[in-house]
Amino acid sequence: MILTEPVAPVTIETTVNGETVRAVVSPRQSLADFLRDDLGLTGTRIGCEHGVCGTCTVVFDGRTARSCLLLAVQADGATIETIEGATRSGRLASLQAAFRARSALQCGFCTAGVLLTAAEVIEEGVSDPTALRHALSGNLCRCTGYQAIVEAIAKVAAGTPHD
Amino acid sequence: MKPAPFEYRRADTREEALSLLAEHGEDAEILAGGQSLMPLLAMRLARPAMVIDINRIGGLAGVTEIEDGISVGALTRHREVARDALVARDAPVLAKAVPHIAHHGIRNRGTIGGALSLGDPAAEFPACAVAAGARLVLASAAGTRRIAAADYYLAPFETARGPEDLLVAAEFPADGRGAAVVEAAPRAGDYAIVGLVALARPSGARLRDVELVYFAAGERPNPAPAAAAILAAADDARAALAEAAEAARREVETIATPSASAAVRRHLVGALLGRAVAALFEGARP
Amino acid sequence: MTEPVTIDAPVGVPLPTARSARLVNGAGRFVADARPAGGLEVAFVRSAHASARILSIDAAAARAMPGVAAVLTAADLAPILKSFRGTHGAFPDLVAPRQTALAADIVRWSGEPVALVLAASRAVAEDAAELVEIDYDPLPAVADPRAAVAEGAPAIHPEAPDNVALTLIHEKGDVDAAFAQAAHVAELAFSFGRVTGVPLETRGIVATYEAGERRLTVSMSHQCPHQMNVEFAGLLGLDVEKVRVSCLDVGGGFGVKQQLYGDELAVCAAAMLTGRPVRFIADRLESMVSDIHAREHVVTGRIAVDGEGRILAFDIDDLFAIGAYSQYPRSSAGEIRSVIGLAGAPYRFCAMRGRARVVFQNKPPSGHYRGVGHPIGCAVTEGLVDAGAAAAGIDPLEFRRINLLTAADLPYASPNGTTFPRLTFPQCLDALEKAVDLPAVHRDVAAGRAEGRCLGLGIVAFVEQTSRGSGFYGDGGVAVSSRDSCTIRLEPTGGLRCLSSVTEQGQGSEMGVTQIVAAAVGVPLERVEVVTGDTAATAQGGGTWGSRCLAIGGEAAWHAGRKLRTEILELAGSLLQADPATLRLMDGAIHDASGARMSLADLAVTAHYRPHAFGGRHPQLVQSADYSPLDGPFRAGSGFQLSLVEVDVELGSVKLLRHVVVHEAGRIVNPLLADEQIRGAVAQGLGSALFEELTFDAEGQPLATTLADYRLPEASDLPDIEVVHAKAPPIPGSALGAAGLGEAGTVGAAAAVFNAVNDALAPYGGRVSAMPLTMGRILAGLGRVKG
Repeated sequence: MILTEPVAPVTIETTVNGETVRAVVSPRQSLADFLRDDLGLTGTRIGCEHGVCGTCTVVFDGRTARSCLLLAVQADGATIETIEGATRSGRLASLQAAFRARSALQCGFCTAGVLLTAAEVIEEGVSDPTALRHALSGNLCRCTGYQAIVEAIAKVAAGTPHD
Repeated sequence: MKPAPFEYRRADTREEALSLLAEHGEDAEILAGGQSLMPLLAMRLARPAMVIDINRIGGLAGVTEIEDGISVGALTRHREVARDALVARDAPVLAKAVPHIAHHGIRNRGTIGGALSLGDPAAEFPACAVAAGARLVLASAAGTRRIAAADYYLAPFETARGPEDLLVAAEFPADGRGAAVVEAAPRAGDYAIVGLVALARPSGARLRDVELVYFAAGERPNPAPAAAAILAAADDARAALAEAAEAARREVETIATPSASAAVRRHLVGALLGRAVAALFEGARP
Repeated sequence: MTEPVTIDAPVGVPLPTARSARLVNGAGRFVADARPAGGLEVAFVRSAHASARILSIDAAAARAMPGVAAVLTAADLAPILKSFRGTHGAFPDLVAPRQTALAADIVRWSGEPVALVLAASRAVAEDAAELVEIDYDPLPAVADPRAAVAEGAPAIHPEAPDNVALTLIHEKGDVDAAFAQAAHVAELAFSFGRVTGVPLETRGIVATYEAGERRLTVSMSHQCPHQMNVEFAGLLGLDVEKVRVSCLDVGGGFGVKQQLYGDELAVCAAAMLTGRPVRFIADRLESMVSDIHAREHVVTGRIAVDGEGRILAFDIDDLFAIGAYSQYPRSSAGEIRSVIGLAGAPYRFCAMRGRARVVFQNKPPSGHYRGVGHPIGCAVTEGLVDAGAAAAGIDPLEFRRINLLTAADLPYASPNGTTFPRLTFPQCLDALEKAVDLPAVHRDVAAGRAEGRCLGLGIVAFVEQTSRGSGFYGDGGVAVSSRDSCTIRLEPTGGLRCLSSVTEQGQGSEMGVTQIVAAAVGVPLERVEVVTGDTAATAQGGGTWGSRCLAIGGEAAWHAGRKLRTEILELAGSLLQADPATLRLMDGAIHDASGARMSLADLAVTAHYRPHAFGGRHPQLVQSADYSPLDGPFRAGSGFQLSLVEVDVELGSVKLLRHVVVHEAGRIVNPLLADEQIRGAVAQGLGSALFEELTFDAEGQPLATTLADYRLPEASDLPDIEVVHAKAPPIPGSALGAAGLGEAGTVGAAAAVFNAVNDALAPYGGRVSAMPLTMGRILAGLGRVKG
């Protein structure tokens, strides 16, 4: 929080990766900037700041969302999970291992957003490669051409029971 | 790419929102899903003095039964619209539209109220609402009024919603017709270059009660009643396609944008009609 | 001359990168992740005009804003910052107007930086940037390349009154005679939309200056830290050794991050002027109008073919629009070299005429994007070859078989002016026919067409020039290094720390070096740590450009590793009282004929802490090697790409049904990463074929400034990409015998799709000539709408 902000700051209380955080934020600050700049959770990366690339995806109140399209003030009373939390809990472990083994990442900049989205769509029962490609169409990757990503996710999805 | 400064107010009740709008509506933007507003703020294309967050208002999300159909609450997210049983029963066109709207993460967050109220000429839900004869429910401190979707969209991003109004729901009369939503778009999830919402009751080779509304072709949702009438009057709707397409090309306004010329749009208006008719018959198959 | 040697695993083994372990956890370290204490954030005021004279700049209101530290203009930077010109000795006639980091008097593209605001936060800096009042006198602007060279077009620079920066004329053989005697002549027009690399991590830089020591420390997202170190020092009047440039994790580069940008230079100057750390992270909007652009060409071409289906000649005319300036330091002329010098590259022919004009326009400067001009050269050549085959009535692949260069032709001094020492088309063709049942593909296409489907097949040959020698930039007077280095230290526990001048943006060059060093020395992979991207740690080297890291930096790593291994075995021989020639180093242990005698860790401990044990010999425990290809201007990869498409003739859309790449590039160090490099590069080629275009209006205002308007391929747009490696011996002339392969996929992908779509449209009497193949262009090509 920069004290030279022209509009009065707002105090929020939020749960990030299982920890309660009380913070003072500027109304115009995006959730992405708050996570990165104020909480040091830099695993959430910013690729476009206008909601297209999906790189800054986090889990907001249980669903993936682009953190550049949320305000930090909206986090008040909300529950947020970032790649750091999802890594610590181990819930992405099989996807992360599959991504490494299949070389489904190159520069790694889009990877957190892709992984969090992938975990959600697997949970929803998507496993067929064509359906996965559609489910991931909102997560841009400029390095891989997507095939390795789709194959890595499909492999995990095939071994994941869902309802 | 940071927004210009604004004040943030969170309305926790409908009354709070309406009173904030009554006082600040001229200089305020309503924040629902934020999937359109936030980029406009970030690019400083929208510069409100105040952002009024309505996400925590109880009772604005979800679908309920009303006398003649269903009421879809403004805060119902696209994802929920796609999965809702009442929507599937009474306004299946909405569920058909959802896969065309942006991408997974956007659909998790975006709301039908936001999509309906904004007046983006390329958006799917406004055309669905116009085709289905939906009523948009606008609340303000002065009371609640209903306006036919067909009368709501005036020009790109210009609607009948006044600065004090909050779109709280959209009411869809139960519609048993088959529905198709088809688009010509450069990529999946892109705004369509031209899109078409078609409602009809397939019966053998015929289509009855045809309603056609184009979107992204012109500056607002564009009904194509002449084309619809040609299809509805034909004993074999497919055989009447060329004539109906020609009529649609004549009656639907088309604009030029960097993505496509008006001539390309005019062509696509006709081309999509065939896709929609095929989808309607396909959907009618047991 | 060194010749390829046998190299054991882990070279040749498909392995995931070491770096991916942190990247999958979100624990990567990118430049935007750190904020130096006491630092300032930057927002640039960028020109809203494509062409205008700056009459005055009033920054008083901006400076007065709370939180604003300074607003700097060209006049403020001038005392400490030199101007620059993108010249190149290989093109002595190139008009390269002088450029300043911030526009001084005239702005020449919409988005050109004019002033720099330093504030406590980026948001406040943007608030202040809006208050900087610039009085512009608008000047006429030129955007379209053809308009730029039309009679009476306004001159963008006084040095180039006709807006032509360079005209390159090439003629070899009797072109007129070849066309006169040809049995068949085909002529085609092409135009290629302006594109850019769009790494998902935008450009970013943090600069810190210590005035007392005149020491500049820079952290940035870049492919070539040594180049930037030298440039920053030179342009800011500092000593090269007092400047340090380090690159942490870099979120993709693709050429965008091998350039010098005025805005980044201005950030360094601002750090010097303010004495405070200065941080600039480009946002996406400004990236789209300030990152290097590429590949805006308007081309016409002719091909002459004799009665036996033999290609006689090519005649190519290329208009290449480079924007407002020749990019410094590499110049913007590189693409025409690829268009002319790669015309007809895979084929045997006898005459060639090429004319290329490089023209200025009021758009961002053009430079090097993956493949540089290769994709244009390939698309033009292969479009003409398909047209020549059609004119001769020969199946396109058969036509290529007749004309492709074979071993008997090599080395081949092509009429295009380039000599190719080694190409492997026969092996590639063999691999293509083994991997793809071509008769079945043709049957499927025919059957589909019979059902009314609009299917098309394109098969193109391509050449990728990689791992350049020093002849081009070095002789051209451009301070771009073709060398790479590796220093390997034996640590006291037997592990190795390698300092390599290759750089890593995700392609896996660091992993490749790791594998080579492990094999060269004889230690387990896990005991090799490679450090890259820091000019204070690694010796000078070129970094990433032109598909060179492993072919050049890997060769250096091999030689450094062998030198260290030799020393280790000599030291072991001294301790074991054995002839070093009887010892081997494997898996981190020293073996003789009877088995393991000593661990490398034990040897290392002894050498580090008890050096007196070696009978008067001083253990060095560190060895370096450097490598630059001295044997030629480049090493070539060869290959084919196959594209099968279906066109929706009603909507004008294209569905990619199948894409195959057959490729040969000498020794493959890591097949997993090599395949993914090719796939990623293909995706970028497919993007430029179908979706991506930086559109502008006639006045030079950019229309594609967001990722909604500049359409990158999404997962649902692309097919699986089948990658086949043709087998051929390693490339002679080096131990490793590798060519680069990072751009190969991009080189031929668009050409294959372009030919496939035209094959699909042919039965409808349609043809497209402009990329990307948008719905509008396809519908126009089919005559369904007016073009």
